[in-house]
Amino acid sequence: MNSSAQVLFLCLVINSLDSIPNGTTVLVKNVKASDLKVKLLEMGFSEGKQLRVLYRAPLGDPMAIDIGGYVLSLRNVEAAQVEVEIIENLQE
Amino acid sequence: MKIALLGNPNTGKTSVFNILTGLRQQVGNFPGVTVDRKVGKLKIDEQDCELIDFPGTYSIYPRSKDEAVVYDCLSNPDNDSYPDVVAVVVDKANLERNLLFFTQVYDLQLPTVMILNMTDLAQRQEIQYDVEGLKALFPEAIIVESNARIKSGKSRIEQAIVNATERKGHAFLENASLSEMEDLASQEKETESRFSKIRRQLSDIQVVTKKETTRSEKLDKILVHPIFGYAIFAAILMVIFQFIYAFSSIPMDLIDTAFASLSEWTSSVMPEGVFTDLVTQGIIPGIGGVVIFIPQIALLFFFIGILEETGYLARVVFIMDRIMRPLGLNGKSVVPLMSSVACAIPGVMAARTISDWKERMITIMVAPLMSCSARIPVYTLLIAIVIPEETVGGIFGLQGLVLFGLYALGTISALLVAWVLKVIIKTKEKGFLLLEMPSYKSPRWGNVGMTVLEKVRIFVWDAGRVILAISIILWVLATYGPSERRENAIAYAKETAQIENLSPEETNELIASAKLESSYIGYMGKAIEPVIEPLGYDWKIGISLITSFAAREVFVGSMATIYSVEDDGESNQTLIQKMKAAKRRDGTPVYTLAAGASLMVFFAFAMQCMSTLAIVKRETRSWKWPLIQVGYMGILAYLGAWITFILLS
Repeated sequence: MNSSAQVLFLCLVINSLDSIPNGTTVLVKNVKASDLKVKLLEMGFSEGKQLRVLYRAPLGDPMAIDIGGYVLSLRNVEAAQVEVEIIENLQE
Repeated sequence: MKIALLGNPNTGKTSVFNILTGLRQQVGNFPGVTVDRKVGKLKIDEQDCELIDFPGTYSIYPRSKDEAVVYDCLSNPDNDSYPDVVAVVVDKANLERNLLFFTQVYDLQLPTVMILNMTDLAQRQEIQYDVEGLKALFPEAIIVESNARIKSGKSRIEQAIVNATERKGHAFLENASLSEMEDLASQEKETESRFSKIRRQLSDIQVVTKKETTRSEKLDKILVHPIFGYAIFAAILMVIFQFIYAFSSIPMDLIDTAFASLSEWTSSVMPEGVFTDLVTQGIIPGIGGVVIFIPQIALLFFFIGILEETGYLARVVFIMDRIMRPLGLNGKSVVPLMSSVACAIPGVMAARTISDWKERMITIMVAPLMSCSARIPVYTLLIAIVIPEETVGGIFGLQGLVLFGLYALGTISALLVAWVLKVIIKTKEKGFLLLEMPSYKSPRWGNVGMTVLEKVRIFVWDAGRVILAISIILWVLATYGPSERRENAIAYAKETAQIENLSPEETNELIASAKLESSYIGYMGKAIEPVIEPLGYDWKIGISLITSFAAREVFVGSMATIYSVEDDGESNQTLIQKMKAAKRRDGTPVYTLAAGASLMVFFAFAMQCMSTLAIVKRETRSWKWPLIQVGYMGILAYLGAWITFILLS
């Protein structure tokens, strides 16, 4: 599969945020129900919100994202609660 | 009039608090929790006001026990901190997220002031607003603009506070009532409807002309880099410790000398007697023992303050979080533990930033295991006595290796105990990170200074009282004893001195030794001899173990007194010789390799520090945790020392 096909493939699937590579811009589709949901909502994760994955800590966890103009760090287990759709991948 | 100062973290709330109150700040605590309650007094138009600084939160609904004070105080009119006016600091650069909390507070129907603060980021982004449009959204709130960084807006904020009026019932979100703290479902619904309304309204009000996150992003590329990130963090730590070791000893020596001469002077002007002794030998040195910690605490919080102000601290948390997590700690535990290598007191105080209760308790409980600077005099003395000056493998000095080993022992045991505590301590709260990474900025020196002042004040006032009390008790125990036997011992010492024709100094040292031996502590030291014998110690070590509960380094001074040599505070050559020559009743040396190593291990583990004890009591607001700490560290010390002694002898 070449890279553009890969992007196309990714576009069609809903991913969880922790699996998104650095440099990718995504749209929030849904925040899964959990005790953490209200805290995630408060930090700005809501349906239709645009995010960009910036970078990860050396061991791949936690990750840092740009969410509406500020940078938030969150652990992969927390990011796994957020379902997103890829809209742009600058690193391809 | 009570004013609550609220706001999201990283909005400049602290700066606003500092420009409004200056040095008129007091630190207390919210009842029942371990959160500091900072109160500033100010006078606006001849009206006495009390400004209460609440912890920074993203929402009125708490994410930790500590944040619950905001909910508790604002939802309950009977609460001591229930405000007459609320002032919410709102960051211009991040209006959308900030408005969530603001609208929650606005809908409580308290007289409300919005302080629209210009942060560095907002300035760089050249964000523009239709302030009139914002005012239309919140018709019953007074909106003022400020730039806390350049200290502008002070009088505007003050005027807004006194002019904040009774509410007439306008709400941002109609029919919204405060949800119960446990009712997550309604909180979710409320949060979602608030945000969707905020987004709709905001699109007309806010104009961002320049997106500027690139500068911080570029710096982050280096500072969280897998190699450079850790290297830079290690380098920063090195610099900080170098500064602390190089510069704190100067004021510490000064304080030491100053209190010694104050004692001397006081005893020369006061009439001889028990009361004078209490003042000159108990109280003054006791206060000196508190003051002596100030340089280290101040320096450490000066550096931590800078790291925090610049935004770097959040990056340290970011790169360390994954490594610390399996141990029941989190990225925020790193700075407290590292600080404890200098001194556990600021380390325990720095654990305040950990919002998760369990992770904070674990950090506080293991911090004193990190090898602090007060252990160095003890280690160097014992190493000089029992470890030969050899080189291993041609390069490493054996003595240096042992010292390194002791540091490693402290660190490894701290991490292991943390892991054990993680398994033992049960909690309903689930730890999470969700940490904002503020953009980099140069530090506000005023804020750094206030942090230092606040921490020193907490230590001196809150922990100082306990330290003073314990040091007076220890002094009484070391100075008095069963009178008859005591007089006999002193008389015997004088006789011996006369027979052996000793110089006046040597006579005094011999008398001091006899006095300590015949004091209550002396008897306690002898009484515990059967208990400490399996570790390879005699009663002389027993006495010094008890006196060094005041502070670890006291061990050296006590040993000097017992072996009636002068404690020169430096190389202790005569003490080392005397201790090397010390023999048991059966003629074998006291300080064998096994006994010396056992003693070093004991000091690595034991909670021999009343000041740390006092600050743990202050930070956990109970005697339970410090007592558990003394207990578990004592058991660890005894077992560790016992095993060491058996293995090496």
